[in-house]
Amino acid sequence: MGRKLLLEHINVPNINTFDVYRSKGGYAAVEKALKTLSPEDIVEEVKKSGLRGRGGAGFPTGMKWSFLAKPEGKPRYLVCNADESEPGTFKDRFLMTKIPHLLIEGMIIGSFALGAKTSYIYVRGEMMPQIRILEKAIAEARNAGFLGKNILGTGYDLELYVQPGGGAYICGEETALIESLEGKRGNPRIKPPFPAIAGLWGCPTVVNNVESIAAVVPIIRDGGEEYAKIGVGRSTGTKLISASGNLVKPGIYEIELGVPVEEFIYSDEYCGGIANGKRLKAVVAGGSSVPILPANLINKTINQEARLMTYESLSDGGFATGSMMGSGGFIAFDEDQCIVRNTWNFARFYHHESCGQCSPCREGTGWMEKVLHRLEYGHGKLSDIDLLVDVSRKIEGNTICPLGDAAAWPVASAIRHFRDEFEWHVTEPKFCLQRNYGLAHYADPLPKPEPVAV
Amino acid sequence: MLKIEETTVVHDFSPHLYQQFQEIVKRYPVESAKAALLPILHVVQAEFGWLSVDAMDKVAEYLDIQPIEVYEVASFYTMYFLRPQGKYMLEVCRTGPCCLVGAEKIMKYIEQKLGVKEGDVTPDGLFSWRGVECLAACGFAPVLQIGPEYTFYENLTEASVDQLISDLTIKANN
Ligand SMILES: Cc1cc2nc3c(=O)[nH]c(=O)nc-3n(C[C@H](O)[C@H](O)[C@H](O)COP(=O)(O)O)c2cc1C
Ligand code: SF4
Ligand code: FES
Repeated sequence: MGRKLLLEHINVPNINTFDVYRSKGGYAAVEKALKTLSPEDIVEEVKKSGLRGRGGAGFPTGMKWSFLAKPEGKPRYLVCNADESEPGTFKDRFLMTKIPHLLIEGMIIGSFALGAKTSYIYVRGEMMPQIRILEKAIAEARNAGFLGKNILGTGYDLELYVQPGGGAYICGEETALIESLEGKRGNPRIKPPFPAIAGLWGCPTVVNNVESIAAVVPIIRDGGEEYAKIGVGRSTGTKLISASGNLVKPGIYEIELGVPVEEFIYSDEYCGGIANGKRLKAVVAGGSSVPILPANLINKTINQEARLMTYESLSDGGFATGSMMGSGGFIAFDEDQCIVRNTWNFARFYHHESCGQCSPCREGTGWMEKVLHRLEYGHGKLSDIDLLVDVSRKIEGNTICPLGDAAAWPVASAIRHFRDEFEWHVTEPKFCLQRNYGLAHYADPLPKPEPVAV
Repeated sequence: MLKIEETTVVHDFSPHLYQQFQEIVKRYPVESAKAALLPILHVVQAEFGWLSVDAMDKVAEYLDIQPIEVYEVASFYTMYFLRPQGKYMLEVCRTGPCCLVGAEKIMKYIEQKLGVKEGDVTPDGLFSWRGVECLAACGFAPVLQIGPEYTFYENLTEASVDQLISDLTIKANN
């Protein structure tokens, strides 16, 4: 059994209440931080832990914190990104529902480390039940003296508020989130300036994912070095994986980074294999934005090494044969799934969610949706497939925010790995409406590539 | 993008509603009160079921901002309704992961069962439905939510949809 740092007490009855959370050692890390550590010490511990942002980009949290500008006379803000809307990702909702005090404890430690006196948790608006849960938990923490004025008699003051979004995937992008929190449309800002210099209301701001902030609690409690002992290489600690699709046991799993992908999919400790006795066809390993991989590239890398659940191993092979950890949204496709249909569905999603500021993203996502729709319904041409690749290339890297890339990658990778399935939709326009392409050769073992002479 | 409905509907704001606004505004620096806009619109929509032009104008006046600043926000975000909906709006996730385990079938079933197209209201005014994007519950798919409290229903089947609709109908008629 892997160690659990975030979900250790998840099954304790009433762990969502302050008293039970406290009885399980909760808020000890806040006491330690505020009473025995300086803000710089905390940032140092987080750096030592090697924690990488759990929102998708994987940027080292300690480093991000150390970049925060500290001009005289300007407030600083910590904003928690609880907008969770990346298809395939549902860990933050779970954490906030089951163990809200873990997030609040992390917010207090993080705010203290950054010198923030007011902090916000931006929760996607549809999570109204979670907003109520957090508000209740904040009230409990305040009653117990962990929020408000002069926390634990240390002289540190902190107000913590929950802010609802309005329903828009783009508000998960940190500068769009800040715009939205200011009461505006969620249009991402051009960077620089980065939020660390000019974020919320023009003040230095750190935006962190729910899970990143929660992970600060065990880091401060046990020390950054202890945390870094878990994992492999630069992928330290534990990570919440949201597992969905055609699995025997979809759900949320806390893994030690470094678990083999094969074990994650098939062992009973995790997903328990593919549902209904079917075979695995493809996996999207890190939320809808990351490249899709066929079954024969998921358990093993192109070099026939076991692929691990780490940032490095999941991206082994780059765009040609690898994917990414992303937000940890692990989506499994069985042999009956149609890759063209799913790619169209994702393209529709990104078109719907594009904020419309940049023409490559606004127009390109629309084109991709349209072309994929006609391919899916048997009206496509063979040249449409290259057209899609061309459009995806013209979006990639040419937009204000990474949503453009996020829309381009799933299309480009699906065509890269499943081109014959796309072609079949053109050559067999009648069949493709009646049945699916099936597993085809996508699970066949790949030959070991010849070493390339340099 | 949604269009703002031209309407002559008038929505009167109660003192209780304004009290809620006041509580919300306290969360931000005084000069940044516009940050209250999204939460205030949620409270207004929970009260009236949708956002009329009149209601949005009143919010603008309260926050001392231009009405256009409210319209542009209300029309950007998917949760705000710019025209009346059924009392219960069934919002079914239609994104990839949910479709792997039958979300499209459930949507078709709901359409058939309610007898109205996506976005329309049943003749008794009780129900509307629409497809929405990933609700961060993909492991418990198919899923739907119902505002204004966004109650969640997971692992939907045709039988559980039948049950839900009959429960809500009974609730509404009592
Ligand atoms: C289109 C888009 C959507 C995003 N959605 C989320 C999200 O829902 N939650 C999240 O934490 N980060 C999301 N991110 C990443 C954030 O911009 C940001 O990197 C993250 O919140 C930083 O926190 P971390 O360093 O703790 O990961 C998104 C990014 C993009 C481009
Ligand atoms: S890339 Fe797309 S979502 Fe991002 S700013 Fe440009 S138009 Fe908006
Ligand atoms: S795809 Fe439906 S909840 Fe995520």
